[in-house]
Amino acid sequence: MVYVALITGFLLILMGLYGALTNRNILRMTVAFSIASTGTHLVLVAVGYIPGRTAPILDGAVTAADASLRIIDPVPQALVLTAIVIGLGVTALMLTYAYKLYETKRTLDISKYTDLKW
Amino acid sequence: MIKKFVALLLLAGLGLMFVGLLLGFTPDQVLNTTASYYADHSVEDTGAANIVTAVIVTYRGLDTLGEVTVLFLTATIVSLILTQPRPSGTPIIGVAEKKALSSGELLQTGTRLLVPLVLLFGVYVFVNGHLTPGGGFQGGAILASALLLLLLSDPTKRFNHRLISRVESISGILYVVIGVLGLVLAGGFLDNRILPLGAFGTLFSAGAIPVIYTLIGLKVGAEFSSMMVTLSESRDR
Repeated sequence: MVYVALITGFLLILMGLYGALTNRNILRMTVAFSIASTGTHLVLVAVGYIPGRTAPILDGAVTAADASLRIIDPVPQALVLTAIVIGLGVTALMLTYAYKLYETKRTLDISKYTDLKW
Repeated sequence: MIKKFVALLLLAGLGLMFVGLLLGFTPDQVLNTTASYYADHSVEDTGAANIVTAVIVTYRGLDTLGEVTVLFLTATIVSLILTQPRPSGTPIIGVAEKKALSSGELLQTGTRLLVPLVLLFGVYVFVNGHLTPGGGFQGGAILASALLLLLLSDPTKRFNHRLISRVESISGILYVVIGVLGLVLAGGFLDNRILPLGAFGTLFSAGAIPVIYTLIGLKVGAEFSSMMVTLSESRDR
């Protein structure tokens, strides 16, 4: 099970990077980056998974006494929560810059923006 | 064509590295030292039933403050860039004068029904962050999704920017004040034991964690809303 999640995550990273490298449209590149970051989240969560254990939330079924034998690693989950929020911020900035670029040249084709090319 | 080939070559190399990682990976059978410390001590240290919340709000609370700061900076930069006056002579994007199409009866009625429920659910998620899956960031995103629904049903709707930024700055300041209070009254910055830990598993437990997560939820909701509102208003300026 954990390998399925890992392989899916790695495939999503590769798909996202392929899309970001080959697409010319800035909005499509933004979507591709979102897919790649989803893949990294999946890989991170999968690494913290331990077969046969449950979520790190204590209640009647998982008491504090046997918590360390029953729950999976909470640290990668906390990390992924941070990563999701930062990913959202990055996506918002990319969309904003895409809008601003469109305003200057009236096109979203990245190959038309040659000002820094030499 | 050659560009696509180079991209595929790069990705094949990266994929090879991933295969190596995958073949060398064996899932842990026991928790590592850090994780088992959190599992064993989070109840007596913080009183939170959700260990992920205990890690985010208390053990690594300073990092969460930094994360909220990153979000704040993003929202600020988005509104700074989008509210800049355009250089003179560039044409205006979109036709503002043209009357927008109505969004339809279904969406408008559905919005009236759903927005209060969505807001209530967002508040539920961040108030119960120390007991159930969820917390300030998730609850804040749900709050902002109610605003998104309002924007979808009426794209020309205008929101009170001052109210949004007030909510955001007040909750941000209170978050830091609670952190400093932890320094004075309890063990350190953002220590949640400034309030009594209460009975384990009830709503008013885990010290200051529900208060901090409520503030984070309001702040994140306000930041997401301000990003969406500026993005939506930039079209007809």
